[in-house]
Amino acid sequence: MTAATDMTSIPGATPIVRKAPKATFDLVFRNASFAAALLVLVLLAAIMVSMVIGGWPAFREFGLGFITSSVWDTQNDQYGAWPAIVGTLSTALIALVIGVPLSLGIAVYLTQLAPAWFKKPVATAIELLAAVPSIIYGMWGLFVFVPLFAAYVQIPLSNIVEGMPIVGTVLYSRSPSGLGIFTAGIILAFMIVPFIASITRDMLEQIPSVLRESAYGIGATTWEVVRHVLVPQAGVSIIGAVMLGLGRALGETMAVTFVVGNANRLSASILDPGSTIASRIANEFNEALGLQLNALIALGCILFFVTFVVLVIARLLVARVKRY
Amino acid sequence: MTMTTSSPRELPHQPWGRVRQSRRAADRMMKIIATGFTFTAIFVLFWILGMLVVKGIGGLSLATFTAVTPGPGTEGGGLANAIVGSFVLTFLGIAIATPIGVLAGTWLAEYGRGSKLANLIRFINDILLSAPSILIGLFVYVILVEPFRGYSGWAGGVALGIIAIPVIVRTTEDMLSLVPSHLREAGAALGAPPSVVITSVTWRAAKAGMVTGILLALARIAGETAPLLFTALNNNFWFSPTLVGGVSNLPVTIYQFASAPYENWQQLAWAGSLIITVSILVLSLVARRIVAGSK
Repeated sequence: MTAATDMTSIPGATPIVRKAPKATFDLVFRNASFAAALLVLVLLAAIMVSMVIGGWPAFREFGLGFITSSVWDTQNDQYGAWPAIVGTLSTALIALVIGVPLSLGIAVYLTQLAPAWFKKPVATAIELLAAVPSIIYGMWGLFVFVPLFAAYVQIPLSNIVEGMPIVGTVLYSRSPSGLGIFTAGIILAFMIVPFIASITRDMLEQIPSVLRESAYGIGATTWEVVRHVLVPQAGVSIIGAVMLGLGRALGETMAVTFVVGNANRLSASILDPGSTIASRIANEFNEALGLQLNALIALGCILFFVTFVVLVIARLLVARVKRY
Repeated sequence: MTMTTSSPRELPHQPWGRVRQSRRAADRMMKIIATGFTFTAIFVLFWILGMLVVKGIGGLSLATFTAVTPGPGTEGGGLANAIVGSFVLTFLGIAIATPIGVLAGTWLAEYGRGSKLANLIRFINDILLSAPSILIGLFVYVILVEPFRGYSGWAGGVALGIIAIPVIVRTTEDMLSLVPSHLREAGAALGAPPSVVITSVTWRAAKAGMVTGILLALARIAGETAPLLFTALNNNFWFSPTLVGGVSNLPVTIYQFASAPYENWQQLAWAGSLIITVSILVLSLVARRIVAGSK
């Protein structure tokens, strides 16, 4: 507004001088925006401090044993984080094993294979997959995917592997309900796909097309261009995108809570129910009292530091891309 | 590298004939796999949407929007209090996040550009952007619920606001960085102080993009469940206008109703899922349209 009036007043013979109020506004505006920017730093620090303080009684009570113990006994106030930590890591790992090839395939399809008119609708559909709320993935997982998974994968697979060494333990499900660590990993895979795929796509698009063209020019096939030109060029930023997906998978709550089975025990089979840090917090927090509350916040503290490290590595690897 | 061994095209009796076959096969295989993966993801999206429409549409009626959520074992009921509560919490979150996010993004793009502090803040903001939302819920519980000994809509709004801030900071900064600097220089040359240049030149030029950022933040927080579990809580009544003592909201209602043994609860959970997903997808599409329109 003011600039417009200023501009019109420039050629005029009587310049209107309003210096004093502007200078004040200038100072206030500058300091306000600086304070807002600092608030971002303060927020992260405050989250860190509140987690440590909130979880401190549990850390003090159990020491390092809090991380390594598998007991979660609310009657006797004994808490150990190990099953939840293992559950968190294994669901996230399964999500990556399934989600990363899917995402890379999608990124390659979007940048190299899709016909021009088809690119935009496909890209939109993939991004909408990211907009679907976590709880809806949970509903889909629990009511649609879990029964199918139990009937067509878990039960036949358990029948096949029963009694086999190692495989018979890892892939055998004692109660083939469809709920479990592996199901949670599959749902998580679809939730992280849009993030990894769209960052990878952006990376591939940034590669100068002269590189691609020269590879095609010496007779390389599309696969060879992807394998030997695009992937080495995008290189570490793809790893960064994967780490970003890992960060999402580690902290995802609602979808996992629906399908992971919420068992407190650690099972040797990835098809059996388990729990993750986030699902355990979501499940127990509202009924928790005293030391249990502290133990849950301590779990949150562990989750915070693990995701913090993963995300720091991710952001260092991904050169700043335009993503929201 | 395989491509360096590629041969001149279609020479008869060339010794690489078999290699060419395998290279073509690998190429075709990759194309089929990549296309298959893409359609798998699209299929999942439509599967989820189809499921919501099929199961949710039956639960939609006038009562869904006018009646309050039913208690355990009570017949009928609707989602009115949960829908209104969700609106209140989401807009509270956006109202908290917009000024902070826009100002912080402005500082990063205009005042702090290139400075070490700005780089640090940008980095931390990117981390907050992907921080697990349940931790934000825990954090707000520790600072706002525990000290005041009670759940409140204010805590829920603050939790959603904290999730929205990094989204708005990021888009605001990105959009302001796209504004060509000669616009700022022109403003400065007219004698306008920085604040005036920013508010009436740069912001105006980047308006569409900044609005998009706010819409994206809105879409992001509208379906958030985890941070509301232990901040705003949820119940089956109309909440008090002071927002103290828990505010019913759609995501947590869906969570509690979905696996309950009452049929009308499950029906309402599906209806709620349909409402919330359609709203969020429409919001995201509108935001994308604004960006496309402004380019």
